[in-house]
Formats: sequence, structure tokens, C-alpha cells
Amino acid sequence: MDQLLDFSPVFENLDQILAGFWATIRIAVVTAVLALLFGTFLTALRVSPIPVLKRTGGFVVNLLRNTPLTLVLAICILAVNDTLKVTLSSVEGVNRYWWGVLGLSVYTSAFVSEALRSGINTVPIGQAEAARSIGLTFTQSLRMIILPQAFRAVIAPLGSVLIAMIKNTTVVGAVAYGSEAAAVMKLMFFDLGASIPIFIGFAIGYLILTLPTGFFFGWLAKRMAVAR
Amino acid sequence: MTDSGIEAGGTNLRKDDPPKDDVSGAPAGTPAPDDGSPLVRLEKVNKYFGQLHVLRDIDLSVQRGEVVVVIGPSGGGKSTLCRSINRLEPIDGGVIEVDGRRLPEEGKELARLRADVGMVFQSFNLFAHKTILQNVTLGPMKVRKVAKAEAEREAMALLERVGIGAQAAKYPAQLSGGQQQRAAIARALAMKPKVMLFDEPTSALDPEMVNEVLDVMTGLAREGMTMIVVTHEMGFARRAANKVVFMADGQIVEENTPEEFFTNARTDRARDFLSKILTH
Repeated sequence: MDQLLDFSPVFENLDQILAGFWATIRIAVVTAVLALLFGTFLTALRVSPIPVLKRTGGFVVNLLRNTPLTLVLAICILAVNDTLKVTLSSVEGVNRYWWGVLGLSVYTSAFVSEALRSGINTVPIGQAEAARSIGLTFTQSLRMIILPQAFRAVIAPLGSVLIAMIKNTTVVGAVAYGSEAAAVMKLMFFDLGASIPIFIGFAIGYLILTLPTGFFFGWLAKRMAVAR
Repeated sequence: MTDSGIEAGGTNLRKDDPPKDDVSGAPAGTPAPDDGSPLVRLEKVNKYFGQLHVLRDIDLSVQRGEVVVVIGPSGGGKSTLCRSINRLEPIDGGVIEVDGRRLPEEGKELARLRADVGMVFQSFNLFAHKTILQNVTLGPMKVRKVAKAEAEREAMALLERVGIGAQAAKYPAQLSGGQQQRAAIARALAMKPKVMLFDEPTSALDPEMVNEVLDVMTGLAREGMTMIVVTHEMGFARRAANKVVFMADGQIVEENTPEEFFTNARTDRARDFLSKILTH
């Protein structure tokens, strides 16, 4: 019973734990940026008037959305990096970090794209017609009129996508980049024995990252809502 | 009655109307030298929605400075005709020319043409995430590459002209319907269009706001803007139109002067339509 409530392993190894979460944050922030960029690009393909681009976008999203993240990351690390020897940095740790971020980014971009596409469906067709009628090209009206309104409509669901992504960094730890928090927890379990206090300590760490993310996106969604 | 190019020339039939509530300001259109060729020309235009034949062999010519009002029963193809002129509705056959050039199929060429053809929609369609001022300056800045300060100066002048200068910093949802539609007219005028298309501009408005929009349109007509107006406002047609086009079942049934049309329509179909709307 004493051991059950003994949080000393958490406090004694706090620097190690914080280093793990710092790695998690580094993965999550860069992935968030890349996933939003890729996801927006995929959405642009899917709504483009050119059939081959439309189909390509749809195919990529469906492929990524229906493949387990573990497989996506394993393809990045085992197939492309280890077997094909395509590296992103000569420093092994940095290399594996970027492969992990890249794999998680393309995987998450499929979900970003889905959210964004549902956002585009909330923008009335008249907005696109008005944009075209003043002479904006397809890309201009997408960039200046449609996507800004679509993004505002899906801020809250995008928050959920990003929370899922933050939790998915644990898979990056297992497959690609062993410095992030969940991998640190596994090492601590090996060294100190699996214990509920360590587990609770890490769970709280993830809550500290994800809860504010959810609140922030909820607040942002209200603030940025487009009045019609 | 589908003669093309009848009643050419710019004899102004609306000049007998005493000017009232005139919207003052710089003239919007820059009328090109009138060589007698129509600014907008439709020839044998056909359009289908699936099995439905919505435009049947439409021939229509609109001269520079002319105000053409298109009226007729719902579902007669009026809006489709209006929207086909800037290719928001692609057509299935025939020719549409604006200023002597055929409508391009797609891409940058089409965008350039649309910049010269102003459009005002029934549901305003102001960009919901932008202020009124941004709505008006967007086209000039992004399409015409006008500098921001210049675009804003011209936009404010246009907003003053349509009577909503004080609303420039607000978002569309904060304005009344009539104000939004006037902002939409300013947005279209900011592109300095050669011709303005109005697709039932007052149909979504509360009755007390209809006149403020019609006054702006009447002012534009007086200044010589070429206009194609789909509307149910018979008063506007009488007051501002050079030509009334009566459409039913996808065809132009009658083209006439407003006086002739309202007092002595040539076709039974038109007389029947008028008897239904003018009796109350």
C-alpha cells in the first residue's frame, strides 16, 4: 500500500520526465504546423476543378486515414530510412526525430483535411460565386474567401484532431524517436518497476498538454466564428 | 419575338422622368467610344438542367449605356440568363460575347472577363469574414493590383455614394439587408465594370428596404451604366429601363419599350402575366 502511493520516483526523476515531455512538445508543435499545411494542401486538391487532382487528393486522404499510424511510421523508419537509406539528417537522433515528425504529420494531415472539407461545406455557394464574379481566380478565391471561412467553422474539431495528434506522439516514441515522454515512462518502468504513481505522473503530464489545447481551441472557435 | 439587335442605339427613354434622390458621385462606367456594336450579345444560347430546357435559342443584344430589364414568371429562365452572361452558369450551345469577345471557357481569361462584368446577387453574398470596406477593396487590390491606400479611398467614395460610408468598418451580418445590398453594389462598382448584372437584387429584402436599393440602381442607370436587371419591380422597369425583355418557359417572348410593354404588350403571354401582377 505504501508503494502504491509513493510518488518519490516521480519527483526524483523529474528532470528526466520533463526532458521527455519537452521532446513530446517539440514533436507536437512541429507536427501541428506541418499537418495543417499538408492537410490544407490535400483539401485544396480535393476541391480543385481538375478531376485528376481531385482523385489524387481523395486517394491520399483515404490511404492515410485508413492505415494504422504504427504502419505509417514503420514505413518511414524501417523501409525508407533503414532499407532505402534515405536520411533527413546525418545525426541519428535528429534523423529519427524528423522521420517521426514527418510520418505523424502526413498521418494527421488526412484528418485535418477531412475536418477542413466539412468546413468548406459550411461556406455558402454564394461566397464562391461572389468571389468569382469580381474576377478572383480559383486559387485566389480558395485562399482569400473559402478557406478562411472554412477554417473558422472547424476550429473546434481541428482542436480534437490536434489533441489526438498529441497523444499519437507516443507512437512516434515507440517506433521512431525514443526520447519523448511515453518512451521515458517505459524506461522508468524497466528501471524502477511499473508503479501506479509513475503512471499517474505521466498521465497528468499529458493532461497538462491536452486540456489547455482543448480549452484554447474552444475559446478560439467562439471568438473567430463567422456571423452570417 | 426573338429578333436580335432590335432597338439599337442609346436613345434615352428614361430622361422624361424627373430626377429624384439622385445618387451623386463620379460616373462609374467609362463608356468606350460607341461604334454601334453591342456590349453584350447573345446568339442562339441554349442551356439544359438535365432534361429541363431552361434557355431556348436566346438572342439578345445590349448596347452601351442601355438598361435592360428582364421580367417574367418564376422558373422562366431569367436568373439563368443573367448568370450565364458571366459564366456562373455555363451554356450548352450558342454564343455569348461581352465587348466583342466570346466568353472564355475557364481559367485566368475567364477571371479577367468577370472582373469587367459586375454582378449583384439576390442574397447579397458579401464576404462574411471581411468588413464592408475589405469587401469593396478586395477585388481592386487582388485583381486590378491597385495600391491599398488608393483602393480604400475609392471604396470609401463608393460607399458614401451608396449611402453607407458610416458602415465601412462593420461586418456584413451587422448591416440590414438594404445596406448589405448597397454594399454589394459598391463592391461590384469598385471593379469599374463595363456592364452590371442584377439578379433579383430586391427579392430578398424587407419591403421598406427595397427603395433604397432601387434608388441606387436608378442613379446608376441615369449615369449611363450598362445594366441587365432581372427583377419583379415593375416601377423600376418603367422608370429606368430602355428595354423590357419578357421571358417565359426559357424563351424571350417579347422585347419592347417599357411604355409599350406595360400599356400595350404585343403578346398574349405577356398580357396574361401583366394582368396577374398589376391588378392588385
